[in-house]
Amino acid sequence: MKDADLQAIRNLIASHKRNDAVFALLGILCLMIGVLTLLALFGEMWVNGAERLNLDFLSSFPSRRAGQAGILAAWVGSVLVMLVTAAFAIPLGVAAGVYLEEYAPKNWMTDIIEINVSNLAGIPSIVYGLLGLGMFVYTLGLGRSIFTAGLTLALLILPVVIVATRESIRSIPQMVREAAYACGASTWQTVRDHIIPYSAPGILTGVIIGMARAIGETAPLLVVGAVTFIAYLPSAPFTGEPTAGLFDWASAAFTVLPIQMFNWTSRPEVAFQANAAAAGLVLVCMTLLMNATAIWLRYRLRKNIKW
Amino acid sequence: MSVVSDRLRKSRMRNIRETGIEAILFLAAFISVVTTLGIVYILVSESMDFFRHVSIVDFLTDTQWTPLFDDAHYGIMVLISGTLTSSAVALFVALPLGTVIAIYLSEFASFAVREAAKPILELLGGIPTIVFGYFALITVTPFLQSLFPELPGFNVLSAGLVMGVMIVPYVSSLAEDSMRAVPMSLREGSYAMGATRLQTALRVVFPAAISGVGSGYVLAISRAIGETMIVAVAAGGQPNLTFNPAESAMTLASYIAGVSQGDLPQDSVGYQTIFAAGLTLMVITLGLNVMGHLLRKKYREVY
Repeated sequence: MKDADLQAIRNLIASHKRNDAVFALLGILCLMIGVLTLLALFGEMWVNGAERLNLDFLSSFPSRRAGQAGILAAWVGSVLVMLVTAAFAIPLGVAAGVYLEEYAPKNWMTDIIEINVSNLAGIPSIVYGLLGLGMFVYTLGLGRSIFTAGLTLALLILPVVIVATRESIRSIPQMVREAAYACGASTWQTVRDHIIPYSAPGILTGVIIGMARAIGETAPLLVVGAVTFIAYLPSAPFTGEPTAGLFDWASAAFTVLPIQMFNWTSRPEVAFQANAAAAGLVLVCMTLLMNATAIWLRYRLRKNIKW
Repeated sequence: MSVVSDRLRKSRMRNIRETGIEAILFLAAFISVVTTLGIVYILVSESMDFFRHVSIVDFLTDTQWTPLFDDAHYGIMVLISGTLTSSAVALFVALPLGTVIAIYLSEFASFAVREAAKPILELLGGIPTIVFGYFALITVTPFLQSLFPELPGFNVLSAGLVMGVMIVPYVSSLAEDSMRAVPMSLREGSYAMGATRLQTALRVVFPAAISGVGSGYVLAISRAIGETMIVAVAAGGQPNLTFNPAESAMTLASYIAGVSQGDLPQDSVGYQTIFAAGLTLMVITLGLNVMGHLLRKKYREVY
């Protein structure tokens, strides 16, 4: 081989290696854009909102004066709405997931349900708000209440819970079921005593991720009719005058943290933006905590369970 | 003998209970179908009322969207143009970034980097959109204004850029998963021919994973089109027939959110317009989902 050819090949190899290294750098750079955005987001909110973040902020109602306004009604509303959401989304989602994995026969009905679940996951959240407004508020007459809001969000995260349940159940080996059946267990006994307990951590991960999504949702609740200025809390069961029933709080008007933050963000006064930043910090901490719990759970799960 | 008949009775009871439980579980699964039917029913029936006032030709061709003014115009193209513009800006950011990150994480990054990066990306996707909206309005817009002084305070550009970063995780995680599912033997074959990592990634792994990458893209597009709060906060409240990202505009979703803030009476025109806009949004995303499904079917590689 001539020296010139050899040199050409060496140059080619060198340039390919260079491209390789350049791409690796590009990859890190792109990753850094994501990380930096995250950091900038936190930094910005911290700088603007940290001074507002104190106990008074958590225990005050909204106010026309930015310095006295707080998020009491908002975070209580968020917690109550999440209660309703969990009460509907978890049983329904787990039951649907169990049905699709353990019971469903292979027929057109099952196909429709499966296609439908994946399709529901792709529908924009604001459309669920329209469903809540048209169906729950007006057709069923539930009003613009905590109950309506929770129900709307439950439908929104139902696909997340179903998919998580199915994936978690699918990872249980067939031999577990066969052993149960061999001992004479019925399908339900197998599901109740083996399938659900073994898949519980995976289901829990999915539920937490779904709830973290629900707690940050603004758009559907805006459509369903969240109120931005509430200066009272829904009455606790068996208190007040006249005495409130066990579930009276569910029919009260509601606001949630993201709505409160939206309201403050869209005001022109700078002072309210500090409130928005502080509310954002609280909101992000809540979702991050939930997501981190889910990630940690999944990590432990992968480490501990070896079939 | 009574022991046997006891057992038979028990087993009959057990069968009844099993059937009952199966029926309950089926009903739970069927709720998802009911949800879809409910969405379609509500959107269509409320839009029917709307189309009784407004002809469908006006709806599709009018160049103004002013449903709440005295001189009312109902040109949905105004909102569609805003939706397309903001989505285009977002995808311009998200698709390249997401793809490069996916290739990097799947083919280049060490185990430690991947394990650190994936949760961070997941957190990025888990932050509430209203927080991103705040960030776009309070941080990104002033920054962009320092680069382009004539940029208005509410603009599509800032909303689109932030939205793009928000949907990067959707692209990258789906693309990475499908690239990592490509069997090692394909890579080894490529390396044995003397290809570099980049050549292997771009010419072997990426084409082999194209169906998963494509469904990530479709998901990103439908997220961008349906995204509400970032646009509602940062892109302003003026319906505007424009494809220029440096102006303010409204999207289908941000219009629905904006109008819903007031207390809308049930039979007002405003109430009907949000369902007409919602129906349009639903048709677009449904079309995208179907397209994604077909793409996946067509290009799916099975190993």
